Amino acid sequence: MAGAEITRREESAALSVRIVRRVSPDFSLEAAFDAPAGFTMLLGTSGCGKTTLLNCIAGLLAPDSGRIALGSRPLFDSASRVNVPVAERHLGYLFQNLALFPHLTIEQNIHYGIAKLPAAERRERTSALLESFRIAHLLKSKPNRISGGERQRAALARSLVTDPSFLLLDEPLSALDQATKATIIDDLRAWNATHRIPILYVTHSPEEAFALGEHVVVLDAGRVVASGMPQDVLRAPRQETIAQIVGFENVFDAVVASLDEREGTMLCRLGLGGRELEVPLSRTDVGARVRIAIRAGDIIIAAERPSGLSARNSFTGRIISIRQEGVTVIVTVESGVEFEVHITPAACQELHLETGKRIWLVIKTYSCNLVESKRPD
Amino acid sequence: MIEWRAIILTLKLAFVVCSVLLVIGTPIALWLSFTRWRWKFLVESIVALPLVLPPTVLGFYVLVALGSNSPIGRWYRGLTGHGLPFTFEGLAIASVLYSLPFVVQPMVASFSQVDRNLINASSILGASRLRTLFRIVIPLSVGGIITGVVLCFSHTLGEFGVVLMVGGNIPGVTETVSIAIYDNVQALNYATANKMALLLMGFSFITLSITYAINRKAWAIWPGHR
Repeated sequence: MAGAEITRREESAALSVRIVRRVSPDFSLEAAFDAPAGFTMLLGTSGCGKTTLLNCIAGLLAPDSGRIALGSRPLFDSASRVNVPVAERHLGYLFQNLALFPHLTIEQNIHYGIAKLPAAERRERTSALLESFRIAHLLKSKPNRISGGERQRAALARSLVTDPSFLLLDEPLSALDQATKATIIDDLRAWNATHRIPILYVTHSPEEAFALGEHVVVLDAGRVVASGMPQDVLRAPRQETIAQIVGFENVFDAVVASLDEREGTMLCRLGLGGRELEVPLSRTDVGARVRIAIRAGDIIIAAERPSGLSARNSFTGRIISIRQEGVTVIVTVESGVEFEVHITPAACQELHLETGKRIWLVIKTYSCNLVESKRPD
Repeated sequence: MIEWRAIILTLKLAFVVCSVLLVIGTPIALWLSFTRWRWKFLVESIVALPLVLPPTVLGFYVLVALGSNSPIGRWYRGLTGHGLPFTFEGLAIASVLYSLPFVVQPMVASFSQVDRNLINASSILGASRLRTLFRIVIPLSVGGIITGVVLCFSHTLGEFGVVLMVGGNIPGVTETVSIAIYDNVQALNYATANKMALLLMGFSFITLSITYAINRKAWAIWPGHR
C-alpha cells in the first residue's frame, strides 16, 4: 500500500489539471486549471461535470486525453501513457455520501488507510487528529450510531490520517446546518495551515465558494469559464453564465445613454422606466445594449434622502415586499425596475422598513458590473 | 430400517458440493457483479441453465461429458485408473453444476448491492483489490453468501434426477437419501421410506431455520447498510 509511506512532497506542490473526457455524445468535460496549496472552490450548477472531473483526478475514471500532475509528479498523462492507479495516487476524497464503511467502527474506519503502519505510529497519528476533530469518544461506535456532523468529521479524519498529497471534497457538507458546517471548515482550515496541500472543494453554493475559497474555479457545461482569486472572479464577471452561477441577484437589460471618457463612467438606461445608472466605462457605444449585474448585498437602503455620499447612484423607490431568510432580510424595491436588496434584520428594524414605504436606494458605480449579453440567436 | 449409509453419503455430498461451490462460485459471482463486458448476459444464461433444464437433460450431458469416450473421461481414467460415471467424484461434479445458480445468483445480488463508493473509498485509502474484497465486499455480502450456501446444501440433499443419471444406485458410493427413499417405495417398504423422508424433511427445516436466523442477525448488525 503506497499510502503507508510518507512521501515528502515539495512544499505547496500545485495540482494541475488539463483534461478532456467525453461524457455523452453531446457533452464533454474540457477542464484546465491549477489548484495551488489551500482551498480551491470548484463552483458550478448540477450537471456541469463536477463529479466527473473529481473522479478523473482521483483516478476512478480515465480522461480521454490530457494531463493531471501534482507538482512535477504526473498522475495521468495521455502523451506518455501514465495512469497512476487510484490506490497509489495518495489522495483524500470525501464523497457526498461519505462512504464510511458501515460494518466497521469509527476507529477501524480511520485505521483502514494506515493499516501497514506499526501500531505505535498509528496511535500517534490518530490521537492528535481525533483530539482536534473532537471525535475521540466515538471510536468504538458504528457509523450509523453517530450524528451527521460526527460522521463528516470521522470521514474527514479517515482521509487526513493517511497524510494525503491532495484532498477532494464533493459537496461533503451540503447536508449540514450552517453552524456545524462552519466549525468543520475551521477544523479543516486549521489542519491545512500546517500541511499546505491543495484542497479541491466542489460546491454549487456561490456564498460558500466565495466565503471559503482562496481560489475559485467556475465550471459551466464542462468548461472552466472563470478562475482566480474570489474577488476577481466575483467582481468582474464578463459572461452572463458566470454572473448567474456566481449569484448576482440583480441583472438588468440596459441601453448605453452617454459616455464620459474623462470620468471613466457611462450612463445606462434601465428598461422602460427611464431609470439611469452610472456604471464603469467599458468599450462600447451610445445606444449599445448591455447587461448590468448588481449583488443584492451591495445596495444600500436609506430612509431619507442621502447626502454627502461618494456613491453616484441614489434614487427613490417603494418597498413591495420584505421577507427574512436565515439572517438575511430580502427587500424588493420598485423603482422603474425591481431591485432585490439584502440587509441585516437589525438594519431592517432600525429603519422601520415595511411594505409600501418610500425609501432611497444607493448604489456605487463600481458595484455595477457590466456583463456581456449572450447574442440573441 | 433407516439406511444411515445413504444419509451420511448425502450429507458428505452436500458438504463437498457447498465447499467446491464456495471456492469456484465466489469468483464467478464477483466477475458477474463487476464486469462491464457487453456479452456478460451469455455467461449469466449459462450459469442459470440448471434452473430451467430438466435434471435428466443435465444428467445426460454430464454423463456424456464425463464418459470414457470424452476427453475429460479419458484424462481422468489415465490419472486414476477408473472412469467418472457411477463414482462419488462424478456425482459431485454433476451436483456442483446442478447447484451452481443457487450459489451464484444470491451472491451476485448482494455483491451488486455494495455501494460502489465504499469500494472506491477503499482504493483511495490505498487498499489493494484483494484487501477491498476481503475487508469490504465480502463482509457486506455475508447475507447473500449464507443464502447461497444454504440453498446449495438443501438443493443437493434433495436432488434425484441428476444423481440417478450420473451416479446410478450403488449403496455407499452413489446411493443418496432420495434414491433410497425411491427404492423403498418401489419395494413397498412405506414405513422405512416414511422415516427417511421425515428425517430429510426435519433436517432441511432445521438447517434452513438456523441459517436464516443467523442471516437475520447478520443484517441486524449493519442496519445502516442498504
